[in-house]
Amino acid sequence: MSEHSPLAFEGAWALSPAPESSESAHIADHYGLFINGEFVDAEDGGRFDTLNPATESTLASVSHAGQADVHKAVQAARNAYDSVWSKMPSRERGKYLFRLARAIAERAREFAVIESMDGGKPIRESRDIDIPLASAHFFYHAGWADKLSYAVSGGTPRALGVAAQIIPWNFPLLMAAWKIAPALACGNTVVLKPAETTPLTALKLAELCQDIDLPPGVVNIVTGAGDTGAALAEVQGIDKLAFTGSTQVGKSLMRALAGRSVRYTLELGGKAANVVFDDAAIDQAVEGIVNGIFFNQGHVCCAGSRLLVQESIAEQLLERLQARMASLIVGDPLDKNTDVGAINSRNQLTRIEDYIDIGKTEGATLWDAGQTLPETGLFCRPTLLCDVAQSHRVVREEIFGPVLTVQTFRTFDEAHAKANNTRFGLSGGVWTDKGSKVFDMTRRMRAGVVWANTFNKFDPSAPFGGFHESGIGREGGLHGLRAYLSEARA
Amino acid sequence: MSEQRLAVAKTYKLFIGGKFPRTESGRYIAFESSTGEFVANVSRASRKDLRNAVVAARAALSGWCAANAYLRGQILYRIAEMVESRQAQFVDELMREGMTRDAAQYDVQRSVDWLVHYAGWSDKYMQILSAVNPVASQHFCFTVPEPVGVVTAIAPRSGGLFGLVSVLAPTIVGGNTLIVIADAAHPLTSVALAEALHASDVPAGVANMLTGRRDELLPQAVSHDDIDALLSADLTDDEWQLAQEQGADHLQRQPQLPTSAIRAPGDDGLEAIACLQEMKTTWHPAAQ
Repeated sequence: MSEHSPLAFEGAWALSPAPESSESAHIADHYGLFINGEFVDAEDGGRFDTLNPATESTLASVSHAGQADVHKAVQAARNAYDSVWSKMPSRERGKYLFRLARAIAERAREFAVIESMDGGKPIRESRDIDIPLASAHFFYHAGWADKLSYAVSGGTPRALGVAAQIIPWNFPLLMAAWKIAPALACGNTVVLKPAETTPLTALKLAELCQDIDLPPGVVNIVTGAGDTGAALAEVQGIDKLAFTGSTQVGKSLMRALAGRSVRYTLELGGKAANVVFDDAAIDQAVEGIVNGIFFNQGHVCCAGSRLLVQESIAEQLLERLQARMASLIVGDPLDKNTDVGAINSRNQLTRIEDYIDIGKTEGATLWDAGQTLPETGLFCRPTLLCDVAQSHRVVREEIFGPVLTVQTFRTFDEAHAKANNTRFGLSGGVWTDKGSKVFDMTRRMRAGVVWANTFNKFDPSAPFGGFHESGIGREGGLHGLRAYLSEARA
Repeated sequence: MSEQRLAVAKTYKLFIGGKFPRTESGRYIAFESSTGEFVANVSRASRKDLRNAVVAARAALSGWCAANAYLRGQILYRIAEMVESRQAQFVDELMREGMTRDAAQYDVQRSVDWLVHYAGWSDKYMQILSAVNPVASQHFCFTVPEPVGVVTAIAPRSGGLFGLVSVLAPTIVGGNTLIVIADAAHPLTSVALAEALHASDVPAGVANMLTGRRDELLPQAVSHDDIDALLSADLTDDEWQLAQEQGADHLQRQPQLPTSAIRAPGDDGLEAIACLQEMKTTWHPAAQ
């Protein structure tokens, strides 16, 4: 690849390892469930291990919550809602959230290290994105607590009660913040279930809840696998279910809620088009494509996983993209030079590799830069699948890994037709230097978040969520609050 | 002209894609007055008719949601004018459906007023529902509502013109296209409304009207992959369970209006528009 890879250092310019110390990460041998302000073991004593995907070694064991534990957590949340949280002046409520924001910021380094150890994401991302954004989410929503009457048009907004929240493994602490912060700001209490492969930062957040004297039961955390999530969706006494995860599970949760008066928001899968026109700034577009699909190993629901490039520049763009991909460093998540860390779990690695095989069977041309991967741990090279068609599974289905499909288009109309030809509708990207083309395209894209001449940007004040099978409802910003208030629509 | 003249009876048909076809199924509902007299054979729409209506509504969507807000407001206002000018017809149909004359007149008048209310919303709801987001980076970031798409509305069992208008107006003023499943016990008014829509510059396919049985059409409306949302106000518990279970297969949006919203004009007109909008957040760099 050397003719395409002026930035690939070919060994001569290899960077020395720059590992972040894991000494600051205090991980206990075992974590219980966090119910009513205390860590308790599961009633049946169930436990499971959480692994470091970069080494596949065990980091800690955590309790596996069953139905009885989930019931207990919901009861604790209900009691806290009835006796404390719903009666507290909103300004006081907000101050707890400000405390949480500060507490996360104070221990940001420790959280970043644990996030990278437990989930495999590069320390550069957990340090610069996940943890600061999580803190910012609490800070943003803290300020809403005493201003909610401005968030709905007319009437007095009221909390819903107990919110059950189920989050995925790709942004563990950030997703916990996305869920907990607006729920608490609006006056609800919560029972949160982290993903089974990444429970640690949520449990460390539970420690912060103790540190800041959050009233017991306002935040409860039940760890476990899919059965724990199902129990949480089915338990009586919840008023709201917020879920982030796969479209398939989202649909089954929606069925589980049929006929019950439980409000819900769903953040599900995606297969976003990243559309590059011939008048785009090509180097910026290449950076945007790389950030769009290789950020967090492609474990991103809004990843720009379908590249649509105008035919006239396709060859040139692909050449530069391949050169850039050859310079990506795949390896130790704790190394500050690492661009692409470890795949989150063996299951997910298998799933990604299966999709790459499916792509080959369907006739795709596979390309990767051939980086040397670490000998142990779960890793996958950033991969292109070229010569694919709209009907191919690798174009239609979410892979959730560092795999980008490449298609071309000739006209504007063909571009938005292809971009919208999907059951999903979470995000999209467009690259062009022409302002009117930006807005023509962003207007036509059927997706909840559209990035123009940028990609994968997030902010507590910016509503996020999907059209179609990418979900129902919004999280973040003004519009996200409405999902936790009873004045808003069902 | 004193000799007896035989009245010319109207054929009550469906309204699909701007045309008035009979149901493809050839089936009918024999509609009787409250005193049990035969009034008319009304088309009993089939699942195939619903599918045809979805095709028409989908085809009309891109043009209607791209129509500017001022134009949509003008057209809503035109519907109000058409209903007002056909007051006598609506009152007659409502009385055949069992209303007293006074109640029918009142129902028509406030329906017109509610259409006018929504005509005025066309170029305002976006300002109220939108936001510029103060993100902590050098980007211009804003969130605006967009129509959810093709909507099926279940007309309230309570009947009346107002019930129809309360689901029709907020749906189409927001740029969606619509299929109304009229209540089987009140089919005459819905056909009269379709005729008024036809005369109001509403583009073909934007609003479609099916008379038929709810129990037959609802399962199809919630499981049809190309219907983005179901708007209702008075589903029974069983209907609601069915709608949610089957709608889950394609994540159909299923907002419910409060029953107060289908009975009388209130101050929650915006909510009915908002529940059929998707929020889109757009980011663009604001520094070079």
